[in-house]
Amino acid sequence: MKIQSVKDLEKVSQAYISNLYMPDKIKVNIGMASCGIAAGAKAAYDKILKEYPDKNGIHLCQTGCIGFCEEEPLVEILEAGKPRVMYKHITEDKIIDAVQGYIAGEFNKKWILGQMKDPRSLLEDDVDNPLAGVEPIEGVPVLEDIPFYNSQVKIAMRNCGYIDPDTIEEYFARKGYVAFIQALKEIKPAEVIDIIKESGLRGRGGGGFPTGTKWATCAKHHGDHYIICNADEGDPGAYMDRSILEGDPHSVLEGMLIAAIAIGSRQGFIYARNEYPLAVKRLVTAIKQAESYGLLGENIAGTDFSFNIKISTGAGAFVCGESTALMASLEGKVGRPRAKYVHTVEKGFRENPSNLNNVETYANVPAIVLKGAEWYGRMGTEHSKGTKVFSLVGKIKNTGLVEVPMGVSLRDIVFTVGGGIPKKKAFKAVQTGGPSGGCIPEQFLDLPVDFQRLSEVGSIMGSGGMIVMDQDTCMVDIARYFLDFLQEESCGQCNPCREGIKRMLEILTHICDGHGKEGDIELLQELGNMVAKASLCGLGTSAPNPVLTTIKYFRDEYESHINDKKCPAGVCKPLFHYEIDEEACTGCTLCAKKCPQDAITGEKKKPHKLEQDKCIKCGICYDSCKFDAIVVR
Amino acid sequence: MSEATVLENVQTDEIDYRELDRIIEEEFNNDKENLIMMLQAIQKRYNYLPRPALEYLSLKIEIPTGRIYGVATFYSTFSLKPRGRNIISICLGTACHVRGGERVHERLEELLSIGDGETTEDKRFTLESVRCIGCCSLGPVVKINEGIHGRISSDQVEKILDHYE
Repeated sequence: MKIQSVKDLEKVSQAYISNLYMPDKIKVNIGMASCGIAAGAKAAYDKILKEYPDKNGIHLCQTGCIGFCEEEPLVEILEAGKPRVMYKHITEDKIIDAVQGYIAGEFNKKWILGQMKDPRSLLEDDVDNPLAGVEPIEGVPVLEDIPFYNSQVKIAMRNCGYIDPDTIEEYFARKGYVAFIQALKEIKPAEVIDIIKESGLRGRGGGGFPTGTKWATCAKHHGDHYIICNADEGDPGAYMDRSILEGDPHSVLEGMLIAAIAIGSRQGFIYARNEYPLAVKRLVTAIKQAESYGLLGENIAGTDFSFNIKISTGAGAFVCGESTALMASLEGKVGRPRAKYVHTVEKGFRENPSNLNNVETYANVPAIVLKGAEWYGRMGTEHSKGTKVFSLVGKIKNTGLVEVPMGVSLRDIVFTVGGGIPKKKAFKAVQTGGPSGGCIPEQFLDLPVDFQRLSEVGSIMGSGGMIVMDQDTCMVDIARYFLDFLQEESCGQCNPCREGIKRMLEILTHICDGHGKEGDIELLQELGNMVAKASLCGLGTSAPNPVLTTIKYFRDEYESHINDKKCPAGVCKPLFHYEIDEEACTGCTLCAKKCPQDAITGEKKKPHKLEQDKCIKCGICYDSCKFDAIVVR
Repeated sequence: MSEATVLENVQTDEIDYRELDRIIEEEFNNDKENLIMMLQAIQKRYNYLPRPALEYLSLKIEIPTGRIYGVATFYSTFSLKPRGRNIISICLGTACHVRGGERVHERLEELLSIGDGETTEDKRFTLESVRCIGCCSLGPVVKINEGIHGRISSDQVEKILDHYE
């Protein structure tokens, strides 16, 4: 069937709604994004297939990731008229018990993350809550009320974890492609652009450029317009784009389709990261399904609008996240950025006007068109509207993807949503914006997170990576780490970036090795300012950020490396050693057993000894000691 | 940027040119713009990019070998040297780094007596560091072939390697 109208979408999705919300037999949803699979979801899925051949009595389904990666594998069990329960850490050895317990009405509360209150997305407020009137399980928290989900508002991730990404009809059932059909049939292209402009949506990939303005400028130029999706999520520590592509690929396709109508394009490209094979696989399926319903291809929905999307994969180059480099790479060339005297919206891919947005930006578009600019603009702060997905990772209890309205404070994100720092360690900094961003110290924890405020403290929003660091993280090492990354990823064509980053890295390596000398900090600052001013593209101009912010906020750590030859966090190997605190040591022998060098000796229940000349500072004893008896000196 | 690498020769008869034709013509339409994806397909087939295959590709799509070499050395995915039977990708993304990924990396180098990007003499393992595979909640992460091992500490590395022949 070829979709012609919103009615057609409703007709097709009718048969899927009950299966989504009120299945007549027990339904098991297993979160099968890459992160879930790595945590054991695939094994759990296979276990059900084995135990219930022909899926006898059970409807088994895969979904994307609902964001709470720390608790994966996440398994949801539901049936019409019964509570909808989200189970955590359900590996293959637990899944059968969880299913049988659900059937018997006996719930192992230790395994339950929560029971869902309302599974509808924000776009479905005109239908009844399918869980209304269902008797909740006593003593089990409501999923939406637990601190991790409490302040989240899901727009870009509205379907992740709720639908099977390989089933387009489930996307239809949650108002998918309705905005596209409306934009195609009822709204003029210029009005679509106005909606996006008025909503205040800004690019979610890093730059934060106003999306509507970009679309308007691109539409103005003559030529074959191209719609390109940047799915080359290169920032280490950010993975929301992967999650959206793996959990809800159609939201991105629909966003691109709407952009194509607004700008007047016939051809789209998705430049996907080679490291994300599952995302590419799901995109391929999604495109085929959209084509089969006539939502991609020629004369879509009986109009003269035609649009096709091609997937192109990158090959591991961080700089290809930069627009001109990405377009060079799409053309099969080396991904080197060019100077932007002429912007890509005028002359980009194949020297034609090209509109580039990232995955999360496109995923927001259908929701904005459907609900209106005013609705979207009500969320967020003055200059940063809507929500933003952050990947909360590093030294944090609740690792995962969180989508919160702009303007929520860092403290709320780290300590309420994120649950704070594990093992009772002290918070040190949060790094935002990837290698182009900066490290934000404790004193700015109450900062409302939006584009402007982050740049005021020397960092950037970037694509939304938030890496939390605790007392065991050395800030000099972090600065060295990022420069090492950038040095490798610099395309090498402009001097300030190629040579400047290399020289800065050399100085930092010297400092970490204990050869730092007076004046190094000032030299780093001088070089950093030069690289930022004189580099050709965004990679170089933002490269010094991690160094300059760590110097600004953690100068004492640099000084103790240089002056006292000490690494207080115990990371830079030449600058510290481990010792055993004899008073704290209980003689449990764990460290002695684990030490690969046999450097630790001692009798049971008596304080152990560490031989310094055998120790390679691998840190295994430090990590494994339950009594904080291994100390950094 | 990676250091200059010498294109490795293989016996020409090891290359199946019919298959190369299939990749170049059928899968990728003889289109120059698909160069990167063609290289990926060739690497998938041979585990690296053999010189004769690149020379043949150069003739087919009319791009000088030098330019193909430029592309192959610019992108970190590509290898011009034969790689081992098992590819170990140690994630050194920021989340893995702050959770001790570097220690796991060092342990791997020590156990295998090879450095980053190198292959063991018996061709059992190739060690490659990658920047973030998007499984940050499981950090530190090591990916061996297609399998992901999460939340590992340096003392578990040896046991994990035992599973791979």
